This record gives sequence, C-alpha cells and structure tokens, in this order.
Amino acid sequence: MGSRASTLLREEEIEEIKKETGFSHSQITRLYSRFTSLDKGENGTLSREDFQRIPELAINPLGDRIINAFFPEGEDQVNFRGFMRTLAHFRPIEDNEKNKDPSGTEPLNSRNNKLLFAFRLYDLDRDDKISRDELLQVLRMMVGVNISDEQLGSIADRTIQEADQNGDNSISFSEFIKVLEKVDVEQKMSIRFLH
Amino acid sequence: MLDRNSRKCTAALGVCLMLSACGGLASGADPVATKSSPTQTPSSTEPYPDPQKEDLPVFTINYPRIQVPFEITLWVLLASFAKIGFNVYHKITIWIPESCLLISVGLVVGGIMYSVHEVPPPVLSSSVFFLYMLPPIVLDSSYFMPIRPFFENVGTVLWFAAVGTVWNSVGIGLSLYAICQIEALGLQDINLQENLLFASIISAVDPVAVLAVFEDINVNEQLYIVVFGECLFNDAITVVLYNMFTFVAGMPVVETVDVFLGVAHFLVVGLGGLFFGVLFGFVAAFTTRLTSRVREIEPLFVFMYSYLAYLVAELFSLSSITAIVICAITMKYYVEENVAQRSCTTIRHVIKMLGTVSETLIFFFLGVVTVTIKHEWNWGYICFTLLFTFIWRGLGILVLTQIINPFRTIPFNFKDQFGLAYSGLRGAVCFALAFLLPPTITRRDLFVTATIVVILFTVFIQGISIRPLVEFINVRRTNRKLDTINVEIHKRLMEHTVAGIEDLCGQWSHYYWKDKFKKFNDSVLRKILIRDRRAESSIVALYKKLELQNALELLDTTTGDLSAAPSLVDMHEERRAAPKPKKKFLASDLKNMHDLLSKNMYKIRQRTVEYTRKSTLPNNTRAREILIRRHASLRRSIRSSGVNKSYKYYSLPPEKGLEARFPLKRLSYNMRLELEPLSQRSGSRQSQRSTSHSTIAPHRLGPLRESPTDEAANQAFQELPVDRQSDSPLARRSSRYRSDRFSRSPLSPSPPPGSFPEGLHRSDGGQNAKPRHPVWKPYKPDGPPAS
Repeated sequence: MGSRASTLLREEEIEEIKKETGFSHSQITRLYSRFTSLDKGENGTLSREDFQRIPELAINPLGDRIINAFFPEGEDQVNFRGFMRTLAHFRPIEDNEKNKDPSGTEPLNSRNNKLLFAFRLYDLDRDDKISRDELLQVLRMMVGVNISDEQLGSIADRTIQEADQNGDNSISFSEFIKVLEKVDVEQKMSIRFLH
Repeated sequence: MLDRNSRKCTAALGVCLMLSACGGLASGADPVATKSSPTQTPSSTEPYPDPQKEDLPVFTINYPRIQVPFEITLWVLLASFAKIGFNVYHKITIWIPESCLLISVGLVVGGIMYSVHEVPPPVLSSSVFFLYMLPPIVLDSSYFMPIRPFFENVGTVLWFAAVGTVWNSVGIGLSLYAICQIEALGLQDINLQENLLFASIISAVDPVAVLAVFEDINVNEQLYIVVFGECLFNDAITVVLYNMFTFVAGMPVVETVDVFLGVAHFLVVGLGGLFFGVLFGFVAAFTTRLTSRVREIEPLFVFMYSYLAYLVAELFSLSSITAIVICAITMKYYVEENVAQRSCTTIRHVIKMLGTVSETLIFFFLGVVTVTIKHEWNWGYICFTLLFTFIWRGLGILVLTQIINPFRTIPFNFKDQFGLAYSGLRGAVCFALAFLLPPTITRRDLFVTATIVVILFTVFIQGISIRPLVEFINVRRTNRKLDTINVEIHKRLMEHTVAGIEDLCGQWSHYYWKDKFKKFNDSVLRKILIRDRRAESSIVALYKKLELQNALELLDTTTGDLSAAPSLVDMHEERRAAPKPKKKFLASDLKNMHDLLSKNMYKIRQRTVEYTRKSTLPNNTRAREILIRRHASLRRSIRSSGVNKSYKYYSLPPEKGLEARFPLKRLSYNMRLELEPLSQRSGSRQSQRSTSHSTIAPHRLGPLRESPTDEAANQAFQELPVDRQSDSPLARRSSRYRSDRFSRSPLSPSPPPGSFPEGLHRSDGGQNAKPRHPVWKPYKPDGPPAS
C-alpha cells in the first residue's frame, strides 16, 4: 500500500502472480509492501537474515525450518515471486476451486501441496522420507526440556511404527498423507489473508 | 494434607474475622468520626494550665489525634488479611473468584458493625472512591495492557464501548419505563428520565469485577481484550449519559437539540480525555529523560503524571479513565527506556500493589456497605432490572457482533459471543455512581438497592458460574476421541507453522498505520523523549547477551539440561548402529506418550503472553529455551561447519565468511551496543552498577555477534514483556562464571579455517583492555551517534 510500493511492482507481474498463486490484487500489493519492509537491504530480495529479524519467528520453535522453506534448494535469496509462491500454500481453499477439474497443474494451495509443505518441514534432505533422526530433530524442537532423550526416542519410534507401512523405518509422503487423512488439513494450514 | 490446609484456612479466616470485627469496632469507636470529618478537639492537653495544680500525666491516650490514619491503616490491613486468608487454600479461588470472597467477608463485617450500630467509613462515597480508589486500579490495568492486541482490536473495542453502552442504557431505560407503567408495582412516580438515568448507571460494565473474574479462567485473548477495553472505555459514554440524564431529569421536556448536544458532548469528553492522556504521557516521558542523576525519584513521575492526568480530566469533567489509560499506554514505552532497571521494577511493583490494595478494599467495602445502608425494596422493579440487564446485554452483543464481524480479521463465533455477553459484570463503579445520585430523585434508595442487587448477582452468580460454563462449552466442542501420536505431533507442527507464517506476513491488520507510526516514532519521538546515552539499556542488552553466552558455554561444558537437537555427529553414529528391533508398545505406554506430548509440547504462541493480573512479570522461560537451543545448534554448526550439510539445518550459508553475509547493519534500538561509551566510561559511575563485565565485554561478545539470530532474539526478548530482573538462575551462575572465566581466553575451540576470517579476529587479542572496534562498531549509515 502506498504509492511507492505499487509503482515498483508492475501490473504484468501482479497478473502473473495472480494467475500462479490465486491471490487477489489487493492481497498481492499488501504482501508486497510487507516484503519491501522486510527487505532492509532494498535489493528486491530477502535473505535469511531478513526473516530472522522478525522477533516472533525467532521464538517460534520451528522458526528456522519455516524460514528455510522459503529458500529453494541451495539458494540464499528469495525474490517476491518466490515469496508469494511459498505463501500461496497457505491460501484457504475456496469452494469454487474445489470443483475445478484437475486439467491444469494443481493449485499451490491444494490439500496435497499443503501436506507436502508440512512434509518438507521434516524432510530436510529432500529424500522424500522422514527418517527417525529427522523426526527426532523436529520433535526436540517442539518439545520442552523435560522430556528425556529416551522418552523422545520411544515417541519417535511409535510415530514411525504407526505410519510406516512398507517397513523401511521411515515415513514416506504417501504414508504421511494416509496418516493425516482424517485431519482437516485445508483448514489447519490456511490463513486468512487480508485484503 | 487436606486436613492441615483446611484447618489452616479456617484458622486464618477466623483470625481475619475477629480482626475485622475488632477493627470495625475500633474504628467505629467514635460514632461521629469519619475520614473526611475533622478530628475532635484534643482532650488531653489544654493551651493554658488550670489554676489548680494537677498531677503530671504519666500515661495518656490521645485517640482522636491519630484516628483518621489509624482507621485507614486498619481497614487496609483487614482487607489484606482477608486476602491472605483466601490464598492459604488456593483451591478456593479456582472455583470462587476472590471478589466474591471479599464481598462475603465484607458482608460479615458489615453485619457485625450493623449489629452494634456502628457506621462504616464512607469509603464508597463519591469523592473518596473516584479520587482515591479508582485511579490505582485503572492505572494497574492500563499499564500492563498488552498493546498490540489492543491496537489491533481498537475498532471493536470502541464500537462495543460506545454503541454497546448506549444500546444497553436506552434499552434498559425504556423497558423499565414500560414496566413502571404497570399499576400493580406502584412505580408510576418514576418518570422516563429517571429510568434512563438509572439505566445508564446499570449498563456500565465494570473493569474491576471483570478482571477479577477473568484472571482465574483461561480466556482467549481476543475476548479478553475486547471485554477489557470495553470496560475501560465505556466510562466516557457513561459520564456523558449520566450527566445528560441528570441534567435532563430536571427538565420536563427533552428536545432533539439536546440529543445532538449529547453527541457533541460525548466527542468532547472522549477526545478531551485522550488529549490529556497523551499530553501527560509525553510530558512524563520527557521528564524521565532528564532524571539520569536522580534515579531515586524516577518512579514518582509515573504515578504523579498519571494521577495528574486523571485529576485534570476530572477538572474539566472529561473522561478521566480514558485520560489515565492513554497516559499510561503512552508513557510506558518511553519511560521504560529511560529509567534505571531498578526504577522500572519499582514502578511495576508499586503499581501492582496499589491496584491490588484498591481492588481488595473496594470489594470489601461493597460488602460492608451493603448491610449498613438504608434499603428500599421493590420486588418487581428489582427483578425486572436484573432480567433486562441480561436480555439487553445479550441482544446487544448479538446485534453488534453481527455488524462488526465483517470488519474483523478474526470474527467472533457464538462461543465468543456468549463469553462476551456473560462477562458483563457490574461492580463498584455502578455503586459509586448510584451513590452520586442527587437526592432530588425521589426513589434514590430504590435505585441504590437495585444497583446493589445487580452487582451482587452478577459478581456472585456470573463470577462463580463462568468457569464451569466455559469449560462445558469448550469440552463440548472438542473431539473426545484420542488422536494417534502421529496426528498429535503433525497437528502441532502445522499450528506452529501457521503461526509463524502469520507473523511473517505481519498479518495483523493495522500494519500500515503501525508502520507509519513506527517511522514517525523513530524519527521524531524517540529523539525527543529518550535520552541518547542509553547506557542502561545497552548494559541490559549486554547482560542478556552474556547470559545467553553463558548458557551456551554451560551446554558445552556439561551435557546440559537443555539437550539441543541431536547434533550431526550423534546422528551419524546412530545411523551406523544396528537397526533396533520393532518395539511393542503397550496401551499404557501410549497413554504416557500422549500425556508427555500434551504436557510438554510448546503451545502456539499467544498474542499476549499469558496475561493475568496475578502474575506481575510474565514468564518467558519458554522463549529462552528456544533461543538457547537455537544458539547451541548454531554454535555446533559453526564449529562443525566442515560438514557440508550444516547449512541445511541452520539458517547459515555454507562456508562463507559471515561478515560478508551479514554486514553490520544499523542495529535496532534494542541492540545498539555502543561500546565507545562503555569503554570510555569504564571507570565512571557505571562501575558501581556491577558492570565489571564492561571491561571484558569487547572480547566475549565477539563470538555472539556472528549469529544473526541475536538481533531478532534480543528484539524478541524486548518485545516480550521482559523480565528485567536479573535474578534468574542463569544470571546468578553467570556472575559466578564470569569471574572464573575472566582470565581464560574467550574461545577455546579454534574455528574452522575459512569460516569467519574477521568474525573471530578479536578473540586472539587476549586481555586487551583497549577494546578494538573494527568489527564491533555498529555500522551507522547516518554517522556516529549524537552525543
């Protein structure tokens, strides 16, 4: 918002982003002003440090992982397109979208893609499996100091046992989907973006 | 255990009752003496001696001389003993809010006093209540008000406060007037204006009562802020309505001009209160800028200026509560930057103390006075008043919520609406206003009685029942079936993720204005109102860094209670270990796991950190744990950055000099570490502030500066209501630790080559007393700081 923000973002770009992500025009401009305010170096991209400057994210247990999710494999800067692309995962699924037949590519905020986002928070090495160690890491981040390593280990074991169906002692993406089939992922992984 | 506690409790209550009875009798000893009346002529001494000689008095009692302060002290002590008594057995206060208990004790004491025909001190008389009892409570509530949720919800708050109160008053007034037309009740002499006046008194939701109840139940903070804000700000409307109807009650006819005048009056009252609040807030902030040499009286300014704001608003018949609220909010931010740490603690503690004492006294006296005043009872009027209070509040909430929901980011669902409607408690403000009614109103006693009944009913019935009701409603909504462990973990992961993304988006709606205000604040206000040489806050920031660093060192030296995420090394070893056989999990194991997880998994961040009035300084150990863990993992990854996977775990780029990646930008105000003042003034007055570590600071801070999370971390620390007292165990250990490690070299492990060519440069310097700035000096694009 504000004249400065919208002049730096061209209309064509807004249209492209709209098509790709499904956000509305006003949502895109609003998020762009947020993007520019985070971008202290004013070079049109955000680095990890820019994200870490957000205080609430610093004390979010999964802060690092969330930040990591914005940066594609091996890169350290994210531009506005990438930023919006990641945020698009969290757009709520609207009713008119549910019935669209899957002729084109799946929209970024489909249930599958939301689950993939969550899966990738665990699976850092992108081998499409959540190993016991990866699970333990995330568990340890989410849990306080009162749980001992053995207890956490047995929780992790139980988790894998529940989900694992092909016996490889890790959770694959399809197993992950299966475990969460009864959970209302569309609602849990959505935020209401402001206009 | 139960026996002992209950025996203690009954003993304490018995003592309290006895004391209160004695106190009541003692203070009533002189039947005419009240707080406001002048003391009697002293009887023991006379200006000129009698002609006949008297014996020299060896032992005299001069009660009237000390009567007034003595009585005041006794009453305050009594009320406090009652409070102590309740908290002996803490389970009582879970089910019955303290306000109810205090009123009950007050009732008992009132009964005792009534039976011996004593008159209680007129604490709830208008002047004493409004001038002495109410300001501390309002100051307490507003000083600790969570600012961000408040500003996010300010529209809703004002909407409910203004429109809701008017709706309630007019609705109740009109319906009561309709009731009065019924001949059987014998109320026809109450005309419309008087009904409206009474209704305006009754519709004022009371902050004291509401907070007293809310603090015991766990309430969704949106709800809390809206109710809380509504209570505070409906004062403006109530003042206007009250004055308007009082004025109008004397007039036979109401014209439309008067309605417009009323609206104009409301605007004047509200905005005037706002204006004075802001004015005194800024003056207070500016004054504290100048108090660097007179630290001892710093807390005084906070109290004096806020009280002054209150009184000046009263002088102009503006909304004094609004004035004091705005003053506290404005002042807090700047004052806490300017004053010493000790003063800050003192201010907070004294505000809490005064607020609690006031609240206790108010409820206590509500009970006492209930028994001892003259009542006029009319079944019909009183029952219908109660009924209409509920009906109109409920209706009002429903209608108003429907209108305002589309404008809110988080709309209110029905559960919230029920909470809003049910938490409309009336309290002492109504009572004092009723007392203020001019005696020209014929049915004044009836009004007073009706007010008391409504207050007692809401506080007792609603106060006691709100907790079970809230639990009942919540329980109904949740799914009883136990989720699998998987689901529990993944759900929590998703919740944290969503919370993080929301924070990232700056999701809260008034972001635009907040940003603008922030710019204005940084450029103009901070320069004027905050002392430049913020030596104190840089010391505080320093201290925190050292504390953190200590925690890190502790992690290194011992295996640590805070076991961080398993390091890479550990995990590699684990992989190599033989795969364990599949474990069998018993049902009891599962249950244990669920319990463990539900107790120990971090909850989603609250928008306000557990806002209760009982806790003075909120608990940020969780944040500390998370930050320490991140630092530990960062350090591990720094040390073992030879492993090329490190960058994936922690948000550090692989194998590049950190200085290149994170050029020292201008630090935010929280983080500005001006080492120049530190080094120059190492021998100056700072030394007496236990800052011996200022001399070793330049070394030790080298390693920590690398981690970019520090900035955010410290900002997070600052953003949270910060525990500025340094009496945590970490701090104690840190002071001991510092003296141990002073002589050793700062960084024991040598960093891997190529990682941080400049970053760790400083550590080689050894015990160099002269701090070297090349890395440390914060990069300030706009030149060196003005001194």
